Amino acid sequence: MRYDFVVIGNSAGGIGCVEAIREKDRESSVLVISAEKYHAYSRALIPYYLDGKIDFERMYYRPPDFYEKMNVDTKLGVKAVGIDVEAKKVLLESGESVEYDKLLIATGGKPFIPPMEGLAEQSNVFTFLKMDDVLAVEKAIKDAKRVVVLGGGIIGLMASEVLAKKGLEVKVVELADRVLAPVVDEITSRRVEKKFEEHGVEIILNNTIAKVVGDERVEKVVLRDGRELETDMLIVAVGVVPNVEIVKDTPIKVNRGIVVNRKMETSVKDVYACGDCAEIYDFIFGANRVLPLWPTAYTGGRIAGFNMLGEEREYTLATSMNAMHFFDYYIINAGLNVPNDSEEFEVIYKQEGDSYRKFALKDGRIAGFIIAGKMERAGIFLRLMEEEIDVSPFKDKLLKDDFGYIDIPEPIRWELLEEKVKLGVVREI
Amino acid sequence: MAKIRVITKPEVCMGCHLCEVWCTVAHSRSKDIIKAFMYEQPRAQPRILVEEDLPETFALQCRHCEEPKCVAACIAGAMYKDEDGVVLHDESKCVACYSCIMACPYGAIRINLETKKPLKCDLCKGLDYPYCVMKCPNNALEVVVEAEEFV
Repeated sequence: MRYDFVVIGNSAGGIGCVEAIREKDRESSVLVISAEKYHAYSRALIPYYLDGKIDFERMYYRPPDFYEKMNVDTKLGVKAVGIDVEAKKVLLESGESVEYDKLLIATGGKPFIPPMEGLAEQSNVFTFLKMDDVLAVEKAIKDAKRVVVLGGGIIGLMASEVLAKKGLEVKVVELADRVLAPVVDEITSRRVEKKFEEHGVEIILNNTIAKVVGDERVEKVVLRDGRELETDMLIVAVGVVPNVEIVKDTPIKVNRGIVVNRKMETSVKDVYACGDCAEIYDFIFGANRVLPLWPTAYTGGRIAGFNMLGEEREYTLATSMNAMHFFDYYIINAGLNVPNDSEEFEVIYKQEGDSYRKFALKDGRIAGFIIAGKMERAGIFLRLMEEEIDVSPFKDKLLKDDFGYIDIPEPIRWELLEEKVKLGVVREI
Repeated sequence: MAKIRVITKPEVCMGCHLCEVWCTVAHSRSKDIIKAFMYEQPRAQPRILVEEDLPETFALQCRHCEEPKCVAACIAGAMYKDEDGVVLHDESKCVACYSCIMACPYGAIRINLETKKPLKCDLCKGLDYPYCVMKCPNNALEVVVEAEEFV
């Protein structure tokens, strides 16, 4: 079998690539390979599914006839195990292989499980990343009263919120001295911790699980400081690491993730990568890094798709960004996570009731921001950041709850409003 | 259908907010201004926004980007661009994560006060003409037909 384009991965990155290819070209042959058996669904929706906010059908990211309409072949539930970059072949678990002209690796991330004494294959230990994980958790909570969640990051906290709403007694164990530490600043972390405490979730900081006790099932966990927590379930949500197994034994360069340039090309010709498995240039950070984010995966896949078709496009605007909410408290942040007492950056912020707005500026440009509580129009700040607008003439206005384009002086305002946005780039190359 | 978009003309905008009023009507069940404001529960909400710092005013709404960042950011597949190039929001799929609000470069996605879900301009899909343009008393909003798409 031979295809013009082979995509490994059936989530945001893979779909972004397929949609870009089909926007320009209906004829080429495209194959999507995924280790998971499901039609393209959104991993980001897992907490919402468990919460009952959406049903199984609504987990799907694209309509059921998506691949037919796109004229794309699929191999779902088939694991790709290797790549022969010389022969330009993807090797499948079944022993078959598929030839490609251009290849996209969008294999995503996999949960990181830190070493814990006594951790074996206990039946009540779960991760919280894939469809099968959430289906297993859904089943397990029927007989559970208590749960320990290891990891106070976005995924761990989202899982904790849902489990608490379902009436479970939830304890979150976090290694850092606050939740969401890499993502947001201390003020925001404390606000989030408070929300959890108000809803009966205990947040245990500066701690981790040293040992799990129980053979078939984990019955209790012993923390680093000796404290013991009895539990009916353990959810490990410490983080996600790039799933790069497929490129081992290939010359494709891997640092923490598969290294790609701004065209999403790997170090090997005709092989591209995007999403949680890749390491891309962060224009605010000023270097390559893993950005395991939904919009970045989709946009990276899309840009890879254009380049695979021979239409040159660069992803110049990738950076960290998150939209999250815990117990209806909303937070959007982007760029660098700068402490308020930073000497390197000029930090301006305002706290008023539930609303918190904070901007870290460098040479008058926004290098990072956090908006919490009052969310309207937060995207304008991302735009100002992307366009590297000098905000110093109107920086005080950034803190207004109803900040809008009217607060941006002319002529910048109209330049921004009249320019047509193109995904991933400000200007075409 | 031709691809259209609505442009704003700040130099003639009077700041009367009638575009917001009629946007509300356009998205009401009855399409009747009295019923929409007095009787319908929950009351429809406008998707257009008048920005003002008097005497300056102008209306702003979704620009139906060629490559919508809200669609790229949406984790649920609820934001999509239809065959006519209109960016639409399927509320039934939406989980109100606000990724679209984070992504929209124009801040043009509003929030439904009732459901807390995003709310955006649909170019009055299903109606004859965008109400905001039709009802603006001073032509401060204008429909532009993208010429090459003219059918």
